[in-house]
Amino acid sequence: MPNRRALIGGAAASVAAAVLVAPHVRAQARPGVVVVGGGFAGASCARALKQLDRDLAVTLIEPEAAYVACPFSNAVLAGLRDIEAQTFSYDQFDDIEFIRRRAVAVDAERRRVRLDDGEDIDYTRLVLAPGIELRFDALPGYDEAAAESMPHAWKAGSQTLMLRDQLAAMPDGGVVVLSAPANPFRCPPGPYERASLIAHYLKTSKPRSKLIILDAKDAFSKQRLFEAAWQELYPGLIEWVPLSSGGRVTEIDPATRTLVTEFGSHRADVANVIPPQRAGRIAQLAGVADQTGWCPIDPVTFESRLQPEIHVIGDAVIGGAMPKSAFTANAQAKACAAAVAALVRERQPAQPKLINTCYSLVAPGYGISIAGVYQPRDGLLAEVEGAGGTSPLEAPSSVRELEAAYAEDWFRTITREVFG
Amino acid sequence: MTSHDMRHTKNRRGRRSLTPVLPVLPVLLAGLVSSATAWADAAPPGATACTGCHGPAALGSVIPSLDGRAADDIVAQMQAFRSGEREATVMGRIARGYTEEETRAIAEWLGKPEATRHAKP
Repeated sequence: MPNRRALIGGAAASVAAAVLVAPHVRAQARPGVVVVGGGFAGASCARALKQLDRDLAVTLIEPEAAYVACPFSNAVLAGLRDIEAQTFSYDQFDDIEFIRRRAVAVDAERRRVRLDDGEDIDYTRLVLAPGIELRFDALPGYDEAAAESMPHAWKAGSQTLMLRDQLAAMPDGGVVVLSAPANPFRCPPGPYERASLIAHYLKTSKPRSKLIILDAKDAFSKQRLFEAAWQELYPGLIEWVPLSSGGRVTEIDPATRTLVTEFGSHRADVANVIPPQRAGRIAQLAGVADQTGWCPIDPVTFESRLQPEIHVIGDAVIGGAMPKSAFTANAQAKACAAAVAALVRERQPAQPKLINTCYSLVAPGYGISIAGVYQPRDGLLAEVEGAGGTSPLEAPSSVRELEAAYAEDWFRTITREVFG
Repeated sequence: MTSHDMRHTKNRRGRRSLTPVLPVLPVLLAGLVSSATAWADAAPPGATACTGCHGPAALGSVIPSLDGRAADDIVAQMQAFRSGEREATVMGRIARGYTEEETRAIAEWLGKPEATRHAKP
């Protein structure tokens, strides 16, 4: 905190001023905003708060020493990218107080966060950016132990490497089974980008192999684009089994690596189980998640509908049309920071307008996208009509190449903005 | 413990002893804390989302930087994206979500130092 000396000087000088404005002093003590979670949402929000108002005391609570980003982690699975390219340290948060701890409780009444070492941190306003928790109670047989042999790889890091290594060790002619959850979940096009890049790997390295997607739904993001590309690039390699054809997985047997559906069972050589999800644990503990497991928010301020002075951003949020993506998390974080910075100074927050842009790689040099513009309407973040949509179904390869290049540069730009 | 950890531990102790007594009456604040404005100009609706893709020029991205772009130029390009006159991958889909007035406000804000600071951590 390079401006600490200036602040202390200011604090001392203001004691005299405080006498003159005594009735305001207690309510207007130096505001402190605590952000829990150092992913795309939380790290963006902490940084944006400091940029908006450098006299705010901003604290970021995050247990990990580095962040491993999910966007582009499917390229790691396919051997197209190193995990190091996904990994970002928290070294570039100099003017933010970084506490490397896990938040384990929130006392909304006293406005206090409890850390896993027992310390309490007071806040004026709290921003929760907890991401997702994988529900290990939702699919019978799929618990944390099962994830050690049948990886989810839905939080990037060791799980990503495990799935990559299993694919690399699989003999040619093997069967990869990927199970995709019902909505809502983190990164709606993610399972299908993953299927595409695994198919690319199989086609180039293990061409007699097959990939089956067992899906708990009948439609998915960018579906027509993915299906057209699969037809063109990977004919006969990917089989998508939708809900209506018995795609929903009802049980997992880790001992035999078998996924059971209502219509039968699939024994996999490599199984990637993407289980149902809910808002990250601290959201449940803080009482900001509802019966769906996700967090309803005010679309202008991102303040929880369930607890005052607690804001929620990123994948943990429901209440509108914005998909759970890194771009959304970053955009919500900046809008939330503006609202929080206004609220702590007792100003009126402005109506936000947000964008989501989400690229998927179907193969190296073949990118597709979906975009949307959002604003508050009827208490929700609603899509602006007439805007948004996906890449065209018919397009020359130059357009796919351009979108693949944009995808890469988007990742470079956003991670630079978020992590410094 | 790394030096990074140590620095933060020290900060935490420091923070504990720093009694939170800064009043924030805007008029007093400007004079008491520092000569510069602490509070950045609020961005117009939609403005902060741009830097998710459009980074600093120094990054050398294929996605053009908005650094130093004249407001009139941004407004004109967004109009061309909106009408389809200028071909695009994603910008047409985004531009149609903004009115002319919103675009103008964003374009003017993007030229301010606050916006630059936002884009450059």
